Amino acid sequence: MRVMVIVKATKDSEAGVMPSTDLLEAMGKYNEQLVNAGVMMAGEGLHPSSAGKRVAFDGPGRTVIDGPFAETRELIAGFWLWEVKDMDEAVEWVKRCPNPMLGPSEIEIRRVFEAADFGDAMTPELTAQEDRMRDKLAKR
Amino acid sequence: MAARRTPSDPPAGSQSETHRAIETVFRIEQARLIAGLARWVRDVGRAEELAQDALVAALSEWPGSGVPQNPGAWLMAIAKRRAVDGFRHERMAERKHAEIGRDLESERDTSVEDIEAAMDDDLGDELLGLIFAACHPILSPEARAALTLRLIGGLTTDEIARAFLSSEATIAQRIVRAKKTLGESGLAFEVPRGPERERRLASVLEVVYLIFNEGYAATAGRDLTRPALCAEAQRLGRILAGLMADEPEVLGLLALMEIQASRLAARTAPDGSPVLLTEQNRALWDRLLIRRGLAALDRAGSLGGADGPYALQAALAACHARARTAVETDWRKIAGLYDRLRLVMPSPVVELNRAVAHSMAFGPETGLALLDEIERADSLRNYAPLPAARGDFLFRAGRLAEARSQFKRAADLTRNEGEKTFLLKRAASCVP
Repeated sequence: MRVMVIVKATKDSEAGVMPSTDLLEAMGKYNEQLVNAGVMMAGEGLHPSSAGKRVAFDGPGRTVIDGPFAETRELIAGFWLWEVKDMDEAVEWVKRCPNPMLGPSEIEIRRVFEAADFGDAMTPELTAQEDRMRDKLAKR
Repeated sequence: MAARRTPSDPPAGSQSETHRAIETVFRIEQARLIAGLARWVRDVGRAEELAQDALVAALSEWPGSGVPQNPGAWLMAIAKRRAVDGFRHERMAERKHAEIGRDLESERDTSVEDIEAAMDDDLGDELLGLIFAACHPILSPEARAALTLRLIGGLTTDEIARAFLSSEATIAQRIVRAKKTLGESGLAFEVPRGPERERRLASVLEVVYLIFNEGYAATAGRDLTRPALCAEAQRLGRILAGLMADEPEVLGLLALMEIQASRLAARTAPDGSPVLLTEQNRALWDRLLIRRGLAALDRAGSLGGADGPYALQAALAACHARARTAVETDWRKIAGLYDRLRLVMPSPVVELNRAVAHSMAFGPETGLALLDEIERADSLRNYAPLPAARGDFLFRAGRLAEARSQFKRAADLTRNEGEKTFLLKRAASCVP
């Protein structure tokens, strides 16, 4: 199963404090372990939210909001995509991660939806609708 | 602040949870553990037993003491201690064992810290050595696959038996025999070098692809795919690509598996029947896997391996992956890739697929002419895809009665029930 492993932002990461050489080295080693175990699929670090934007939806309305955003604990600073056998394995790998931040920090693990998860919700009607859409695209 | 529950701080009544966590640690560590021990005691069966002993020790100690900082090194230290005790106890008379015994004695005081440092320094060489051993050509391909899934994939005998639709007893016996053969061969569990390396690597890749294909194109039974086997093979491929980043064919195989697996969700209908590549809902293709596959293929090419058998097959799969709709498929490019593939991997199946590609690029008559050539070679007499392909070409050429009898013949030959239903449906559709 695929999981998204989310590194939560902290005051430091939001302030743009760059990681130390030691942390970069430890993180590099950890990433190598993930690759060599066949777990790592993708991963990226993110700039602070001051370099980000939000688009708020309300009915037909769209409002663009510039960063930085408050509620630091709810922001994210980076993510990985892993392929693991189960959630237990993901938890164990996360425990082995060096603390990604200077101070206390948190990493969240979320399961990625896969086609099978949609199960009966993906009705033949929905599939047919998609087929029609693809036909249109093909004729363009 | 939410409560944090870890094995070192277990809330009341969570013993089973702690055990699960320990077993997860073991699952992650066991391949490296067995690899290190096998090289040391030169016996993979013994190495597996020692690893199990270490797990038993962890299950009794960690619930009280907590999971150690570096659990892998802890497990290795315990296993090595047990190995030394064992050799002492047995008082091996044989010279080989006496020597190993002495080696073991001299390492007896190795601390967890030393082992930890050694494990950190080892860049996966030991694990690679174990993979090469499990895939050694002295074993049959079936034995290699079972042993690889057991030792590196960490699957139980029961899981392997279910994956290969075999009985647990058969698989268990196959694994025991394979371990015995390896033990008697005096193999050093090292990564082969020099001219030997290429041949041995081919054997490793063959095993991984065999496992993948067993999952992807289930040869018998009701399921057309057994995705767990595909996932296991992909993981093996990713591990190999991590450990041998400069081997173009390793990357070629990984690319091939990632791209083929990207279609897993789209290639069977809800009723279990196969969906042709050209009919698949491409929105269901896994873009992340395609991207990873294309990246691996690029790397294989830049290492000078574009014409390796796996890289060429991956390039074929990539042609389909790049087409956003079936009509955009570049069949001329595919036909050209098959022309190259038959040179490095001559086989009747490649010839058949080449005929299909040429029929798509240059028309059904071209395909039929190529099929006539293949049939003269006669090695595909009872191969269902051959009449299935002929049926398809005839159908497209408007020769419906002939097409119908070919589809029926293909349906008689296949062992897969979903495929049979599909072929009979195609036969029934051949009405003027």
